[in-house]
Order: sequence, then structure tokens, then C-alpha cells
Amino acid sequence: MPIIEAQGLTKTYKVFQKKDGLLGALRGLYHREYKEVKAVDDVSFTIEPGEMVAFLGPNGAGKTTTLKMLSGLIYPTSGTAQVLDFLPWKREDEFRRKFALVMGQKNQLWWDLPAADSFQLHREIYSLPLADFEKTLADLTELLGVQKLTRQAVRELSLGERMKMELIAALLHQPEVLLLDEPTIGLDVVAQVAIQKCLREYHSQRGVTMLLTSHYMRDIEALCDRVLVITHGKLVYDGPLVGLTDRFGAEKLVKLLFDGPAPSDLGRFGEVTKVEGPTVDLKVERTRVAEVLGAILDAYNIVDVSVQDPPLEQTIAKVFQQAEPANVDA
Amino acid sequence: MSTLELGAPRSMYRSVRKYAKIYRASLVERMAYRSDFLLGTVLRFLPMITTILLWQAIYKGGEDSTQAGFRLNEMIAYLLLTNISRIFSSMPGLAGGIARDIREGTLKKYLIQPIDMIGYLVSYRMAHKTAYVVISALPYALLFYVCRGFFDTGWPDLLTWVAYLVSLILAFFVGFYFEVCVGMVGFWFLEVTSLLYIVMTLNFFISGHMLPLDFLPPFWASFLKALPFQYMAYFPAVVVLGKVRGQDLAIGLLGELFWAIFFMMLARTLYTRGLRRYSAFGG
Repeated sequence: MPIIEAQGLTKTYKVFQKKDGLLGALRGLYHREYKEVKAVDDVSFTIEPGEMVAFLGPNGAGKTTTLKMLSGLIYPTSGTAQVLDFLPWKREDEFRRKFALVMGQKNQLWWDLPAADSFQLHREIYSLPLADFEKTLADLTELLGVQKLTRQAVRELSLGERMKMELIAALLHQPEVLLLDEPTIGLDVVAQVAIQKCLREYHSQRGVTMLLTSHYMRDIEALCDRVLVITHGKLVYDGPLVGLTDRFGAEKLVKLLFDGPAPSDLGRFGEVTKVEGPTVDLKVERTRVAEVLGAILDAYNIVDVSVQDPPLEQTIAKVFQQAEPANVDA
Repeated sequence: MSTLELGAPRSMYRSVRKYAKIYRASLVERMAYRSDFLLGTVLRFLPMITTILLWQAIYKGGEDSTQAGFRLNEMIAYLLLTNISRIFSSMPGLAGGIARDIREGTLKKYLIQPIDMIGYLVSYRMAHKTAYVVISALPYALLFYVCRGFFDTGWPDLLTWVAYLVSLILAFFVGFYFEVCVGMVGFWFLEVTSLLYIVMTLNFFISGHMLPLDFLPPFWASFLKALPFQYMAYFPAVVVLGKVRGQDLAIGLLGELFWAIFFMMLARTLYTRGLRRYSAFGG
């Protein structure tokens, strides 16, 4: 039985169209023009317990809106969703005890107080037994290496440390479903890796179901086997991460090392993306790789050759570009 | 678990316990700011000196004559007592905080956690007030001791004390739920700073904080006494001065209870409606 199920989730926002200039502003006072924007358009998917799923898409694609519907912050315009067998936007306490939402750009901790005080408050809000609470807290602070920082006012912490505290706060009540919106935004690589490590270990220990959005492919590669790609509110891909390259990566990257300076006429085989002394990077259509390699090996002295998928970032960027622009109804 | 807590009573017990614990946790937090509180209290005494001097000048030569039913000493006693009313009814930052939570989206913490925003805020505010009363009790006792000469109507009887205490506690609820209602306006209008400013400035006057409502022409005095604002400063002060007695006292207290419940229900309605709007449009 799926733990998260979305059926035809759609969210339409009415956006007020502000006219230019003073006259336009005045006109807007009595005659307002609205534009309907479909932030999420007929999105359906299911997630099984224990899965770690990534939500990919460019800014404004509808990732956060979907997460907000799944966590019950907003109602869908149409369609429905079930999370842990609850209708999220009914906001029943039973449901709210079992999930957590972490938003990288918003914080929930008391700014002027040590994180420990906020944790204490969480204990009260979720009515957690003291022993469980202390055990979980000790585990999490150790996992993230922040034992010494919980007594420091949150505002004195670095961004990375603060995010770790946010994560601890979100996990204290041991949620069964964890929704993460850009958990590593703005963090340096070290902090990013620490957050990833924590999420991975927590997942393997507790089998929590996670759905996360991120702009960093490193997060996704490190954590998720399955990705949902959403652009312009529509779900365009649902499957394994590796499948993305098969589906959208129409080209392979052929790295060649010549015995001597690289020849200059390689353009006929494909797109030359890099030339550095004897090394050349050549982008070749997938279907032509064998043919091109044969021809090159025949014609030149090659010391080394490798065929790779282009970096995931490039593939993703291409997916985003390929997707049709949204139909905007004025 | 005892066998007494079963079913609905049990969940209610749990709920009460949760908010009681939030109260306690917040109390500990607020006590951390005690020196801040103490300084704030002492600084608040300074304007009182000018007020006393001002009224002494106004009454000059006729200290025993009455203005709108107040002798000079009663007048000063009244103004000192409105400060006690305000300790209970003023809610600094409450409405603005709610509006900010709505505007900046931090409201979502109340939506994703198993907690009710108004319930949380009332626990927090009660803790805040408790801490304030405890910390400022000594400086206030000192102030009233120094100013004891102005309280020349004698020690109030037990009934008056009880009525005074009740009026102060209700003043807290009137003040609290009124401000919550003002804050909820943020669901409909993003910017409420100017509204807040108007409300607060007006409140200083129409609550009787500046001077007793009886100083106004009879029509305006009775008009303002029909509004809820008098309970935030005027009413508790005249109760302890023994100016409202018997039937008037009972009616006054019932009126105060009415407004507390009225704003409580209004706050709840606005919150429910506002959330519906927020969930449909914003988030």
C-alpha cells in the first residue's frame, strides 16, 4: 500500500495583474484583472513506504506547491492526495504527529534562544515521552556532530549549523514521512554532505519515507533512486535516476586521448566540447557511438578512450528546456 | 495512567496538559529576560512623575474640589491604577506578530505541527504576563508605597478585592482576544502596520488610560463605556477605587465577560476563515 498517493493534483492561483504607472494602479483599485496560473497541473504519483524520492524541476515548476499540498498547507483546486491514509489539508493531529516538513528557506526555531529550548518546546507540542525524546535527540546531535551547539542562541549559528538544528527539530517526533524543500540551499559543500549523510543514515536506520526537492544534483545522486521531474506544473518523468539519461540524454560523451596533438577535423563526428593538447571531449549521438568510435580508431592513433553519459546536470537542464512551455490563459 | 482519564476526557486532559507545559516552558524562557523587564518597569515610572505634577497644577487651589467626580488624590490614584490594568490588558507585539506570521509564511508551523495557534499564543502570553507580574511586583509595591498618600479612600473591602481581581483577569482576555482579532486582519490585508498604529493610539484614549472616561461629555462617556476598550484600563481602576458598586459592578463585570467571549469567538471565526483563504490562495 502506498504511503503517499496523489491523484490529478491541480493547483490554480489567481494572480492580480498590476498595470504600469500611476493611472494603471488607480484603475486596479476598482477593476482588477486576474490571470490564472496553473502551478500544478494534473499530477499523479504514488510513493511506497521507505522510498527516497527526489522532486526535480526548474524554479517555479510547482515542486514546492506540490509539497505544500501534501503537507496540508494549501488545498488543491482539484484532484486529491492521501498521505499516511489521511487527507493532508484536514490537518488532523494524528496526521500531523506523523510527518514533518523542512523548508530550507524558512526556519521554525526560536531565533533568540538556544536550539535546545526549541527542542524542548517540540517535546511539549508533540507530547513526546522524556526518555524517547532524549534518546532521539542524543542520536541526532551525534549524527550531525552538533552536540556542543545546542546551548547557543540560534541566531549565532552559521547557516549550515542552523539547518542541522532545523533537521533535528523536524525529526524529534520520528515522523514516518519527511518532506524536504531545498534542505541544502545556500550551504557549502561540507555542510551539504553532512546533511546528506544524516538523511541517508536516518533513512537506513528508521526506514522513513522521504520526498525532497533540491537544486543540487549531488543531493539527488547521493540520496534518491527515483526521481519525479516536474516542469510547468506537469509531471514529465517518473522513474529511476539512471533512466533519466536513457530517456533524455540523447548524446554520449566520448573522451579521447591521442598519441600526439589532437587533430582538428573531429567536428565531422560530433560536437567538440573541449580540446586540451592531446585530449578531446566529443559529444556524439547515442546511436552513432559505435560507428564514430570505429572510424576514429581507424583514422588515428588513440592512446585511451572512454564513453560516458554527459553530466546529470546537463541532462536535467535539457529536460527542462525540452518541456513545452505552459499554456497560460489570460 | 490512571483509570480516570478515558476517552474524550483523556484527550482533553492531554490537551490541557500540553498547553500547560507550553506555559511552563515559555515561563522559563520569559524569566530569562527579567532584567529587561525590570528596567522596562522602572522606566515606565518616569512619565508618571510628570503626570502627577501636571494634575497637581490643574487642580491647584482646589485640591478637595472634584472634577467629573474625581478629587486630585483620586485622580492620581486612578492614573497609577490604570498602569496595573495595562499590565494585564496590553499585548505588545501580539497583533503585529500574527500579521507577520501570515505575511512571511511562518504561520505554517502552526499548520504542520499538532498545535493550535491561538491556544499556543494564549499559553505563551499568560507565561509572559506571569513573569512580568512576578518581576515587577516589587518595584510596583515600592511605587505604591511611596504614593500611598494619594490613596485616601481607605482600604477596599474583600468583595471589592475579588471583583478587582476578576476584572483584571478578564481584562487580560479582552485585551488578548481583541489583539488577536486585529492581527487576523493580516489574512485579508498584507500590510497592517498603520491599522495597528491607529488602534493603539486610539486605545490609549478610549480605554481611559490617559484620563477617566467621566471627564468626557456625558454622551461620549456613556458611549465609550459601552465599548470593550474601557475594560483595558478604566474599569478595573474604578472598581478598586470603589467608584462602581452593587448592581453597576455586576453589570460591568458581566459586560467584561461578554466582550471577552465575544472577541474569543470572533478571533476563532476570523482564524478559521482566514486559514481557508490562506490555504486556497497563498501558502
